[in-house]
Order: sequence, then C-alpha cells, then structure tokens
Amino acid sequence: MIHFVLHDAKDTVAVVVVEGVTAGTDMTGWIMDEDKTIKVQAKQDIPIGHKVALKDMAVGDTVIKYGIDMGKVVAGISVGQHAHVHNIKTKRW
Amino acid sequence: MSVIDKDTTFLGYRRENGRVGIRNHVIILPLDDLSNAAAEAVAHNIKGAMAIPHPYGRLQFGADLDLHFRTLIGAGCNPNVAAVVVIGIEDGWTQKVVDGIKTTGKPVVGFGIELHGDHDTIMRASKAAKEYVQWASEKQREECPISELWVSTKCGESDTTSGCGANPTVGNAFDKLHPLGNYLCFGETTELTGGEHIVSARCANDDVRKKFQFMFDRYQDVINRHKTSDLSDSQPTKGNIAGGLTTIEEKALGNIQKIGKICTVDGVIDKAEMPTHPGLWFMDSSSAAAEMVTLCAASGYVAHFFPTGQGNVIGNAILPVIKICANPRTVRTMSEHIDVDTTGLLQREISLDQAGDKLLECMLRTANGRLTAAEALGHREFVLTRLYESA
Repeated sequence: MIHFVLHDAKDTVAVVVVEGVTAGTDMTGWIMDEDKTIKVQAKQDIPIGHKVALKDMAVGDTVIKYGIDMGKVVAGISVGQHAHVHNIKTKRW
Repeated sequence: MSVIDKDTTFLGYRRENGRVGIRNHVIILPLDDLSNAAAEAVAHNIKGAMAIPHPYGRLQFGADLDLHFRTLIGAGCNPNVAAVVVIGIEDGWTQKVVDGIKTTGKPVVGFGIELHGDHDTIMRASKAAKEYVQWASEKQREECPISELWVSTKCGESDTTSGCGANPTVGNAFDKLHPLGNYLCFGETTELTGGEHIVSARCANDDVRKKFQFMFDRYQDVINRHKTSDLSDSQPTKGNIAGGLTTIEEKALGNIQKIGKICTVDGVIDKAEMPTHPGLWFMDSSSAAAEMVTLCAASGYVAHFFPTGQGNVIGNAILPVIKICANPRTVRTMSEHIDVDTTGLLQREISLDQAGDKLLECMLRTANGRLTAAEALGHREFVLTRLYESA
C-alpha cells in the first residue's frame, strides 16, 4: 500500500494519499518521478491530502516540493510531523 | 499507442462558419439583468430553449463594458450553440450583441423591452425561439477530424491530489492532443504565482513570453493593490486548505501540471478573446471556476477538462465540463459529480499514460453526445467576470 507520494527525490514534504494515518503509522512512500519507495513513520495524525515532513526543518528554511521552492517554514518541523498552514507560509504575498 | 491519433474522428455539429460544436443549444440570452425575467419566461414557454440569466450589464464602462459584450457575443458565437434569441432593455445594445453573433451566420434575433413591456417581448421572443428550436432539432451530427475539437482546462476545489494525479492526467491528454493541431487553453493567472518562470520557459517564442509576463504582472498588481492579508482562505481557498494545499506556490506547481511535459505555450489571449491559430493558449483569467469556464466558452472552446480534488460541482450552460478526480474520499462521497476516476494513479495501479487515455476516451464520448455528470445534474453556471465597479 502507498501511504504518501512525492514528485522529486529532493522534496522535503510529501502528500498523504490514504485516510487513517495516525501518530505511529509506519508509512510507505512513492517517489513518482523515479518510481522508487521510501519509509517514514508518522509522528502525528495526518488527514488525507495533507503533507508529512520528510526532514527536520527550522524557521526560515525553504520547503521543497516538485523539486522547487513552495514556501518558508514559520515554526520548526521534525520528520513525520504534519506540515501545513501552522508551520509553512507563502513567500509571495 | 494512445487512444487517439491524427485519423481519429468524432461526430459534431458543423456550423455555418465551419466551426464544430458538440452540443446543439438554442439559448435565450439576456443582455442585462432587467431582461432575465423575460428570458426565463421564454425558456419556460419553449421546451428545448435555455435561458442564461446573469446579474450585470448596466452602467458598465471602459474595459469592463468591452469584456461584457465580448463574453455575451462570444457565448452566442460558440459552436455548441445552434441559434440565439437576445433580449435587452433597449434596442441599441441588444442589436450590438445580435450583430456580433450574426458574423457566424447562425440564426440570431433580438428584442428590446422598452416600448413593448415584458408580455409583448415574451410573446415575440417565444415565437422566434419556437422556430429556432424546431429548426435546430433537425440538425445532424457529421464525422469531423479530432483536431477540430477545441479543449480548455481549469482545475477547481484543488487539493494535493490534484497536483499529484488529476492535473498530470490533463497534462498527459494535452500532450497527446497538442501534436494533432487542436486549439487548447489554460489560464488562472494568479494561480501560477510561484511557478510563472516554468510557464515562461514553455512559451514558444519571446513575443508570447512578453505577452504572458505582461498579463501575469498586471494581475499581480491588482492583488498587491487590494490585498489586506497573504490571501490565505481566498487564494488558496478555504477548500484548498482543508484539502491540504498550504501556499500559492504549491498550488501553482500543481496547477501547471495541466500543461503536460511536451506542450509549448503558443499564444496569449486576454479574457474572452478568441485564439487565432492551433496550439496551447494562455488566457488571462480569474481562478474562480465558473468565471473562468464561462470565459473559455466565450472564447469558443467546446469541451472542458476540469480536474478537482475536494469536489468542485460546477458545470456551464454551453461548455460541457468533464470532472477528473484522484482523491479517493471525494470519489467515494461525491461520486455523482465525477466523470473520470484517476485514484489508481496514486496507488500505482495505473500509469499516467493510462490515466490520460481514460480522460481522452471520456472526451470522445462527451464529444459524441454523452452528457457529463454536471450536465445530467443540471449545473448550468454562467458567470460573468467583472473588472471594477459600475459607474
């Protein structure tokens, strides 16, 4: 079963594509561009469609998705945590 | 081998000006909000005529007024429309819309309410609509090359599954249509923010690139002039955020998947302008779903790919909207709205090529007459884009 997907191996966040991911769930992820799989454990409950952090990130770090800058970290995040509007913001507006 | 190639055909309505439509609507088109009641009364009288009420048309001026006329005339000219009855409060502007639609050669007539009143106008317009409906009912579809199908796209109520699944499916389909010489279209100007350099790099030449940059910067100016926050809840919307999209950059990168890997951006048009040669066109447009699809209809597109994540339910009065979704929860809870299920993509059960082909198969069936979910559900949104306040 694929729990999460990412586009590019450089991505620091990935998208959870199944329901029922809770703290402690051992997840299998699929790197779509390379057709490879990786493993990450969820540290928090993550709703379907929401993102999971693939690396530890500090305030001010750039978040990478699709191999590109998708925003900045505004509150520290560690691997396996829920990554969304509470810890990531746009750089553009 | 894809499901389509240069010899693929579909059954369409060849109109007087040579364009091909995939629907055969007779529309009662109000010029302005005062004429909605009469238009709806005519549609009630004549079964098979469809009224397209809308809230604007009075005291508009400048570019906003130009856009109003361009949208109404464009909608009437669309090849999915067989004939048009226009109703307006007075004869002058009503005739302007009639004259614009007349250039296609299709049957069109207009009626002004002043000096007549609603009742007399409804009677005159109903007589014309009945004639048109009976005339249109004898129109037959004929075999047409696939390249004559104009296809537009816009995503709505996106979430992260859009960028991972539904949007790349559209991109794959566009990559297969582009080499056949189809007219294609994408837009949603602000929704490219964060990925505009990617679109710029895909422009076919510097002329196109400059026009694109102009449109993009112009829309950013509007945002910067009026914004009171970082637009969170507006762009991305509350629905996008509930679905997991966090920033406009992330939404843009997902959005841009719709133009595939191979398509070049071959031209740039303003809102509701008509493209002038085959290829993929960028249209400066709102990211509000019904507004943007209405602009595509006004530009002459006859079929629309609409990938959704959280479940956008809109259709359009004259442009059939095909809904594609890769979110398993949406496909389960809102199944009546979805035409193409691509959830298998995110479970590695189908390939991107297979998903693109699934969409193209649905496109062919829709072109040949199959009603989309939105059509069957009675979603006939027709929403005009406004640029600023009326005078």
